[in-house]
Amino acid sequence: MNNSATSFVSAVALALAVALGSGVPARAELNVDITQGFVEPLPVAITDFYAETLEESKTGKDLAGVISADLERSGLFRPIDHGAFIQDAASLRKGPRFSDWRLINAQALIQGSVEMQPDGRLRVNFRLWDVFAEQQMTGLAYFTTPSNWRRVAHIVADVIYKRLTGEDGYFDTRLVYVAESGPQNRRVKRLGIMDQDGENHRFLTAGNELVLTPRFSPTTQEITYLSYISEIPRVYLFNLNTGQQEVLGDFPGMTFAPRFSPDGNKVIMSLADNGNSDIFTMDLRTRGVKRLTNHPAIDTSPSYSPDGRRIAFNSDRGGSQQLYVMDSDGGNVRRISFNQGRYATPVWSPRGDLVAFTRMSNGEFYIGVMRPDGSGERMLTKGFLVEGPTWAPNGRVLSYFRQTPADSRGRVTSKVYTIDLTGFNERELATPIDASDPAWSPLIP
Amino acid sequence: MRFKLLTLFAAALLVAACETAPEETAAVDTSGVVEQPAAQPASPGGPTPGSQEDLLLNVGDRVFFAFDRSDLNSDSRATLEKLASWMTTYQNVTITIEGHCDERGTREYNLALGERRSDAARDYLVALGVDGGRVTTISYGKERPAVLGSNEDAWAQNRRDVFVVN
Repeated sequence: MNNSATSFVSAVALALAVALGSGVPARAELNVDITQGFVEPLPVAITDFYAETLEESKTGKDLAGVISADLERSGLFRPIDHGAFIQDAASLRKGPRFSDWRLINAQALIQGSVEMQPDGRLRVNFRLWDVFAEQQMTGLAYFTTPSNWRRVAHIVADVIYKRLTGEDGYFDTRLVYVAESGPQNRRVKRLGIMDQDGENHRFLTAGNELVLTPRFSPTTQEITYLSYISEIPRVYLFNLNTGQQEVLGDFPGMTFAPRFSPDGNKVIMSLADNGNSDIFTMDLRTRGVKRLTNHPAIDTSPSYSPDGRRIAFNSDRGGSQQLYVMDSDGGNVRRISFNQGRYATPVWSPRGDLVAFTRMSNGEFYIGVMRPDGSGERMLTKGFLVEGPTWAPNGRVLSYFRQTPADSRGRVTSKVYTIDLTGFNERELATPIDASDPAWSPLIP
Repeated sequence: MRFKLLTLFAAALLVAACETAPEETAAVDTSGVVEQPAAQPASPGGPTPGSQEDLLLNVGDRVFFAFDRSDLNSDSRATLEKLASWMTTYQNVTITIEGHCDERGTREYNLALGERRSDAARDYLVALGVDGGRVTTISYGKERPAVLGSNEDAWAQNRRDVFVVN
């Protein structure tokens, strides 16, 4: 829960001398090609980080465990069982015996060390080796407060992921979501937040009022969400550092479906006036309100493109619920969804190249993606009820929730899942109780 | 506004609805009109006049909608006409109309749809002469189903407006 950890983490490139094996022929650099649909996970050896003392050794083991779990969960890497390792930790300190690692088919080797500094900080360093090229790919050291070791592990995993895939990582992130309990008709909903691997979980609200659809600010430690405080559904801001909640604006009707603009300066949302929902923005500094749509149809679920120039939204102006894109001033509205069924919850990818959505067709729900012009539509997963995609900050992985049909006593199960953009590697993200409405944070600053 | 035509139609009905509004002091309802709203004083064990129980018993506390629709059918209009008459009788009563949806939609769209449903009923009540200031609306989207289960029957009963005496 160390939000102020940034200042404690200072990364310094070690500029470690590259240990070049003399007679090694030049070969293509180790690289994971993730533009393909299904990727055979790359076998990697992640050794426990070396330490002199027992306590530091435990941290070293934990660090390797978190890094290993991050990489494994991405579906792109297969950590090799430690029992297969030939070279021991002590001799690894003097340098890898690459033949030992090649023998167990490790494509990459990750080693590191942990050492308590005189000033009480923990020094963590790691090296990533290309086993077959016998070259160091990267090596970094971090200084941090000891309690912050888990974040350092995620940061290291991000560096490794980026070095091996060429894409930004997403492990040093969190998800805010709605924690659920109770039967269908008396469902208690609370805001919850956790690291992307499910650790450091905590509840943000007590469950006294209904809360829905939390979303992260791209720039600040704030979330925006819908709450029924005093039985009035309105958009709120929640400051994660102070715990303070603040209603956003004073509107005559319900405000809902909030999302931040990419620069974090505005919240875009729906306002219901006399039964009709249109899309508005509120500038968070001036509190100025601007109307973007003015149509007797339902206009909701707005989501900005990452450059802030366009907005995807959901409307039934054509007779049924479909996806539309408009310019950020509300002009140039065009429909982008045309296949069978109803479409909802468009969410623009952080990379800008795709819009994720929920589709309902023939009694089933789907999570899919399409290009912002409506072409290239592809379904990633389906079920009785899957809804509400959100993007990891690298635009590579999505999260959403999946709800089971209720039994006659109103018992339902709702869980958050992650899935690769290719539709492979679908996994449940374990939460203490039922979960819905996940929203991925940006990389923690 | 899609309710313009509806409003004109409703206004025509208004006269009939108010014509036979019963006296609150009447000891017994002798009008013989079954559709008359509750004007009876509380009989022993009966609901308090103007209460939620009274509304439930003598008007009905909900109307239903077709899938992804917010237009009122003839049953719904009949219920709302009784409700308008009942509210004419109990002038101090204010109500909240809750708009609800089934679970076969997405959360945000259903919030908008529930809003539209609650407003459809409110519009009709206002057209029937009820002071709009006495009727507030709230949408719960798909968050508060009335009937448990995930089947067509449950969904049909969950697509509803519910009238709640404040």
